[in-house]
Amino acid sequence: MTAYLIRRLAYAILILIGVNLITFWLFFKVNTPDDIARLQLGAKRVTPDAIAKWKAERGYDKPLVYNAAAQGMARFTDTIYFEKSVAMFMLDFGRADDGRDIWYEIRSRAGPSLAVQVPVFVVGLGLNISLALLLALFRATRFDFATQVFLVAMMSISSLFFIIAGQYVFSKLWHLVPISGYGGGPDAIRFLALPVAIGVFASLGGATRLYRTIFIEEMGRDYVRTARAKGMSELAVLFRHVLKNGMIPILTGVVVVIPGLFIGSLVTESFFGIPGLGSYTIEAIQAQDFGVVRSMVFIGSVLYIIGLIATDISYTLVDPRVRLES
Amino acid sequence: MSFMPVLLWTDLLLFALIGACLVYARHAARHAHLAAPWLRVRASPTGMAAATVLLAFLGIGVLDSLHFRAALEAKPGSAAPPRYAVEVRSVLDLLAEAVLGRMAGKSEKTYSAPLATHGYARENVEKKLADGRVVQVREHPRLVAGGAHLADPARDRAADVALHAGRGVALGFVIWLALALALLAAAAARRGGGLGDAWRAAWQGAGATPWRAILLTLLVLCVAGGLIATLGSRYHLLGTDKVGQDVLYQALKSVRTALVIGTLTTLVMLPLGVLLGIAAGYFGGWIDDLIQYLYTTLNSIPGVLLIAAAVLMMQVTIDANPDWFSTAAERADFRLLALCFILGMMSWTGLCRLMRGETLKLRELEYVQAARAFGVSRLAIIVRHILPNVMHLVIISAVMDFSGMVLTEAVLSYVGVGVDPSMSSFGSMINAARLEMSREPMVWWSLAAAFVFMLSLVLAANLFADTVRDAFDPRLSSAGRRRGRAAGEAA
Repeated sequence: MTAYLIRRLAYAILILIGVNLITFWLFFKVNTPDDIARLQLGAKRVTPDAIAKWKAERGYDKPLVYNAAAQGMARFTDTIYFEKSVAMFMLDFGRADDGRDIWYEIRSRAGPSLAVQVPVFVVGLGLNISLALLLALFRATRFDFATQVFLVAMMSISSLFFIIAGQYVFSKLWHLVPISGYGGGPDAIRFLALPVAIGVFASLGGATRLYRTIFIEEMGRDYVRTARAKGMSELAVLFRHVLKNGMIPILTGVVVVIPGLFIGSLVTESFFGIPGLGSYTIEAIQAQDFGVVRSMVFIGSVLYIIGLIATDISYTLVDPRVRLES
Repeated sequence: MSFMPVLLWTDLLLFALIGACLVYARHAARHAHLAAPWLRVRASPTGMAAATVLLAFLGIGVLDSLHFRAALEAKPGSAAPPRYAVEVRSVLDLLAEAVLGRMAGKSEKTYSAPLATHGYARENVEKKLADGRVVQVREHPRLVAGGAHLADPARDRAADVALHAGRGVALGFVIWLALALALLAAAAARRGGGLGDAWRAAWQGAGATPWRAILLTLLVLCVAGGLIATLGSRYHLLGTDKVGQDVLYQALKSVRTALVIGTLTTLVMLPLGVLLGIAAGYFGGWIDDLIQYLYTTLNSIPGVLLIAAAVLMMQVTIDANPDWFSTAAERADFRLLALCFILGMMSWTGLCRLMRGETLKLRELEYVQAARAFGVSRLAIIVRHILPNVMHLVIISAVMDFSGMVLTEAVLSYVGVGVDPSMSSFGSMINAARLEMSREPMVWWSLAAAFVFMLSLVLAANLFADTVRDAFDPRLSSAGRRRGRAAGEAA
């Protein structure tokens, strides 16, 4: 197990280096810092001096990957790539274009993101599994068919419409909750109720259908037939056997997204004005703040890799047949 | 009128894709084992109804992909070569002008509600009183085009709308009847038999093709078309937007954008996913390691972020090279193409993993082992034995991904990294409408139009994809269905 984890960690670092290379290529090679400086300074103020000053302020006034002017190892270390990469692996993301420290912003914005995402995840998972079990129990009946039609329709509606309709009905017409905003303490519930409810509602379609398929597949297995033959009631079969075994593929598929909950949801957060990481990213994209976007890409992939490793570990926990060996 | 045809990149690729589908269809029709799953698709009423809707959308998209530049009027007698307008137009524009008349394009000043005769916002209007004085009053101005034929809108509007709605339904019904008879006659001619028999069989649901579902869907489409033709040429059927553009026209133009994103993305994704997946599964070793590393790395970056970053970077490139494009349409088209390319580059990983797993299984089967023992080259084994046996998965994932891409476009346009602002798309319609939420009374029609069009397109795509998956997935076919039925009976 330990050897396996060490190997996974080494692989994780390799992947992060790959991510780093891709983002570097995107942000520095496809368009050089000169192009970006020109774009950010605007057409009027572009002078060679202004560009040089802009680059110097951000530490972009060095060669990209190879510094021919330097000596020895400094040929590779005294470059934009090396300095930016090392800083990023040290979680030193530098400053955003408005002068604030990116790492500080990320830490303070993770809370609100989690406050939306964790309830959406927990309630959504519970609701999806319950509904899927219900459908599996009543499979091939009118109830099953009608619900399936409803779920396909839900899958076909863009989440943007759910948000807009929810805000219109609950905030504008009925004045139940504020349209947008965020507050700490007990006040938060008022702000979070609608985004969480919409998040859960919008997740219904695809997940429930997938889980239903998993449960129904499980119901066709031999051990289920044996249990029925022994005279167990259908409900007992469902909860004692089908649910337990069906949870294996469901849980392992779900574990990978847990760390990603930190990132938040871009659309929900910006619609509801929740000061989380999602709205931070969207603001950075709209303001073309490349430093912030690059940092968020890096953090996103770190969290994904944590999710992958957690998935492997969760396999061994829920399914005793699986052992991690190197 | 002379014109210069314009072939944009997305047009070319769209037509190439349609051509490839036709070639495949001919090929599949000749081979029973390839045609069998498609026959199962054909037998499904839901699937065929969905396919009818999809074909209607495809028709709109194809008409909107035939681009040209109209010739400018030359001075009489001058021998100079004809000069062409900068504006790139499509056959759909011409058709919309012919059918919708003055409603097509930008005819009003700003918002107006569906079927309205007066504008949404009050304006200062000069009014002549009975005694000849001129005073300024603030009121809703009369629309330039919408309902302009009415002498007294307050009195005549309701009756006029009802009259033309009735005519529209009647027109739609007549067109539908003609279409239905033509379709059934063609079907009857192929099988041999009378039209009357075919008509009866269609309504009783007999025969291999579920004609009843197809014809009912067609009826709905025809009535919608009839309403557009009669009401849409006299009123703004779905209202106008902020700059006075007809929303219906905008929605029709957005169909092509959605189709292009849904299909061309697949064009990028399929070769990458299939080739790399099969290579990883078949060759194993360091090739497998490399490809797995590649897709894990790409997967690990949050999708929207990577897309946003790539689109931002592409925009910088476009802005830095204004001389690449001779018209605004070409620039918008390049951005659309690049968006498809970027989306494709981000979404091949799932298919690749699927292909790799399937190839790993196939590689160990007896017939592949036998081929290897006989000394068949590796390339030949892949082309002859592996590829045909993973094709069903490729087809399933291609149709399943279409609707997801259409929905993704809306989100990307909302984030601000979608299509060019000059190009209409469902995402930009939603985005523009969102800003008007707080107005009183609410400007709801752009949103409603985008909702209806998107829902019908995506729902049809989802239903069709479900049918295709059920027809192609061997796990679900014979054994799976039997097992499912057995489980159902036991319950």
